[in-house]
Amino acid sequence: MDIPDKDLLAPGHRGCAGCGASIAVKLALNTLGKNTVAISATGCLEVMTTPYPETSWEVPFIHVAFENSGAVASGVESALRIQGKDDVNVVAFGGDGGTVDIGLQSLSGAMERGHNMLYICYDNEAYMNTGIQRSGATPYGASTTTSPKGTASFGEDKPKKNMPMIMAAHGIPYVATASIAYPEDYVKKVKKAAETKGPAYIHLQQPCTTGWGFPSEKTIEMGRLAVETGSWILYEIDQGNFEITYRPEERRPVKDYLSTQKRFRHLNEEHIEKIQKYVDAECKELGL
Amino acid sequence: MVKEVMTSNKAVAEAVRLAKPQVIPVYPITPQTTISEYLAQYVADEKIDAKYVKVESEHSAISAAVGASGAGVRVFTATSSQGLMLMHEILFAAAGMRVPIVLADANRAISAPLNIWNDQQDSIAQRDAGWLQIYVENAQEALDTTLMAYKVSENPDILLPSMVCLDGFILTHTVEPVEIPDQESVDKFLPPYVPEHAFLDPNEPMSIGNFADPDYYTEARHDMEVAMTKSMEVIQKTCDEFAEIFGRKYGLVEPYKTEDADIIFVAMGSLCSTLRVMVDQLREKGEKVGLLKIRAYRPFPTEAINEAVKNCEKIAVIDKNFSFGIGGALYADMKVKIDKEIYGFIAGLGGRDITPEAIMEAYEKTKAPENDVTWIGLKEE
Amino acid sequence: MVSIGCVIKTPGNSKNNKTGSWRTFKPILDKEKCIDCDNCIIFCPDSSVNKQHDIDYDYCKGCGICANECPSDAIKMVKE
Repeated sequence: MDIPDKDLLAPGHRGCAGCGASIAVKLALNTLGKNTVAISATGCLEVMTTPYPETSWEVPFIHVAFENSGAVASGVESALRIQGKDDVNVVAFGGDGGTVDIGLQSLSGAMERGHNMLYICYDNEAYMNTGIQRSGATPYGASTTTSPKGTASFGEDKPKKNMPMIMAAHGIPYVATASIAYPEDYVKKVKKAAETKGPAYIHLQQPCTTGWGFPSEKTIEMGRLAVETGSWILYEIDQGNFEITYRPEERRPVKDYLSTQKRFRHLNEEHIEKIQKYVDAECKELGL
Repeated sequence: MVKEVMTSNKAVAEAVRLAKPQVIPVYPITPQTTISEYLAQYVADEKIDAKYVKVESEHSAISAAVGASGAGVRVFTATSSQGLMLMHEILFAAAGMRVPIVLADANRAISAPLNIWNDQQDSIAQRDAGWLQIYVENAQEALDTTLMAYKVSENPDILLPSMVCLDGFILTHTVEPVEIPDQESVDKFLPPYVPEHAFLDPNEPMSIGNFADPDYYTEARHDMEVAMTKSMEVIQKTCDEFAEIFGRKYGLVEPYKTEDADIIFVAMGSLCSTLRVMVDQLREKGEKVGLLKIRAYRPFPTEAINEAVKNCEKIAVIDKNFSFGIGGALYADMKVKIDKEIYGFIAGLGGRDITPEAIMEAYEKTKAPENDVTWIGLKEE
Repeated sequence: MVSIGCVIKTPGNSKNNKTGSWRTFKPILDKEKCIDCDNCIIFCPDSSVNKQHDIDYDYCKGCGICANECPSDAIKMVKE
C-alpha cells in the first residue's frame, strides 16, 4: 500500500485510543488525495475532529447536522460542478445511525439524483457518540444501552438492516462493503468509487473498542474476526456486477467473534446457534 | 425595464433569475409551488445558469442550500408552512454557520387541522432562528425585496440568511402589474457573491460547521446578535441604494398617516393594503388613525417604530399568528420594546378573510378596550 | 472573539493537542525485528508512526494496535 508523507486527517483528534473511525477516514482521505471536499454527519467523527478552534481535517470540510449529510453533499457537489470544478472528489461520511436510521431519506435522495460523490458509512453498529444506543445497524443479540440484556431480554432482537443492498436497489453505479481490517481491499474500493462517474456507496464495518467492549489494541483483530467468521462479507456491486472481493480460506465459527466482545458475552448457546444460522444463510445467499 | 402582470410567486422567480444564484435546491409545497415550477423552467430554458437540485424534502432543500452556500456560491430556496417547519433545525444551523441564503416563504397556516391557506404562523415560528425576516405587501415588493435580501445577507458585516415572507394565495396566487428591472441594473446593484469567511476549496482548506464548547458558543451566538442589530442600518442603506437605481422606496417600516394619529394600526404583509384603505375611510369620518407597516420583523426595528408611533395614544397590533397565553408575536414584541398603550388582535388565521368589519372591530376595541388581546371574528357558536 | 460562524482556517491544527498525554502504555519498536510491512503505519488511528517507523509519542495514545498487528512481534507495549 502507498504510504503518504502526511495523513490528510491530522493527529490530535479526540477519538478514543484505538478508534476505528479515524483509521477509516484517514485511509479514505489518503486515497482520495488533497483535491477532495469532505462532508460529515454529526457523530463521533465530527465531534472528535472539529472542536473549535482546532480541526483535524487537512481537506475542506463541512458539517451541518446529523440526518442530512447526503443532502449537504448534494449541495456541495452541485456548487462545485456549476463552478466547473469537475475533478474535485466529494466524500460524505456518516456513522451507522446517521446513515441507516436518521439520514436514510437524505442519503436515498442524494443517491437517486445521481450526484457524482462517494458516501462512506462507517458502521460501528450503534450510536457510539451518545453512549452506545442501538441503531438499525446493531446486530442481533448485541446488548446496547437501549437494547440492554436483562431478565426478559437478550439484547437487540432484530438482525441488522441490510443497508448496502438498499443502496444497490437505487441502481447506483458502485456499491461495496469493506472493513478497516482489510485496508487494501478498502482502499481499492475507495479508488474505484472515486473513478466512478455518479454516486458510489461504501459500507465500512468499523469495530469500536468502547461500544463493543474489547481492548483498544484489538480494533483491527475484531474486524478481521467479523470477516473470517462470515459475520461481515466483503463484496462489491460494480455497474450491477456482484463480486465477493475476499473469501476466508475456511470460515471460522461465529462464536470466535462473539465471545471476544462484551456486547455479546451474555448470549447463550441457543442465541449463538441462531446467529450462526443467520450468518450461514447470508453467506449462502451471497455465495461465500 | 418591463412591466408585466404576474403573481407574487412569479415576481419572486423573476427576482431569482435576475440575482443569478448558482444552486437552487427546492421542493414543492402549496402555495409556494409555482416558484419551484418557474425556476425549474428557467433552468430548463437556460434562463438561469444554475443547478436545480430536485431534493426529496424541504429538510434536504435547506440542507443542500447550506452545503452549496458553504461551498461558496449564491443559493436560493423557497418553501411554505409544513415545509418551513421541516426545515426548522437547519434554519438555525444556516444562520449559525453564517451562510447568506435567501429563502422565500409563502406564508401558510400550520397543521393541525390541515389548512393550506394564509396566516403567518409558519415564519413567526422561525423568528429566533437567526434569519432576517422581511414581510412584503405586494408582488412588486416581493420582487424588490428578494433582490435586496441578497445584498443585505451577503454584506460581510451581516452574513445571516434572509427570509422573504409573502402571504400565501393573497399574494402568491393573485396577479398585479410588476416592473421587472433589467439585468444590467440588477448586476450593478447586486454584484456576484464572493465569500471570504467560508467556502470549500481544496487550495485553501477550511472546516465549516464545527463543534464549539462553552468557551466559544456564547460569543458565536452574540456575534449573530451584533450582525442582526447592524443589519438595520444595512437594510436601510440597501433600500436607499435600491431607490436610487430603481426608483422604488422601502425601509424597515412604512408609516402611513401616523404623524397626527391617535390610534395606529401595526401589521405585516398584505393586510397592510386593506388597513391603508381603512385608514383613509376612517380619516374621512374624522378619525385620527394611521398605519405602521412592519417590513423588517427580524431585525426588530425598535427605533424606527418608536419614531413612527411617538405621537399616538394607542396602538392596535393585528397578528396572523399567536403564541398561547400571550397573543400575537408582533404584539408581544411591541409590548416588550415599545412604551405605549398597546392592544393585540388575532385575525386571519388559516385564510379567514380580514374584512373591513373585522378591522373596525379591532379599532373600536382599541378605543374602548375590554382585553389586552382579542380574537377578531371568532364564531362563538 | 471567534471567527465568523466558527470557521477554522488552519487545516490540521488539532496537532496543537498533544494526545500523547493520554497514554498509559507505550509502544517500543525493535527495528531489528521490523519487516517493513507498514501495518503499524496503516492501522495507527493517530498518525503516530512515520514512513521510517519512528513512533511519535506526542500523539500516540498507546492503544496498542501497532503491537497487536505487528506480524514479527517487533513492537512491545511497556507501562509508562
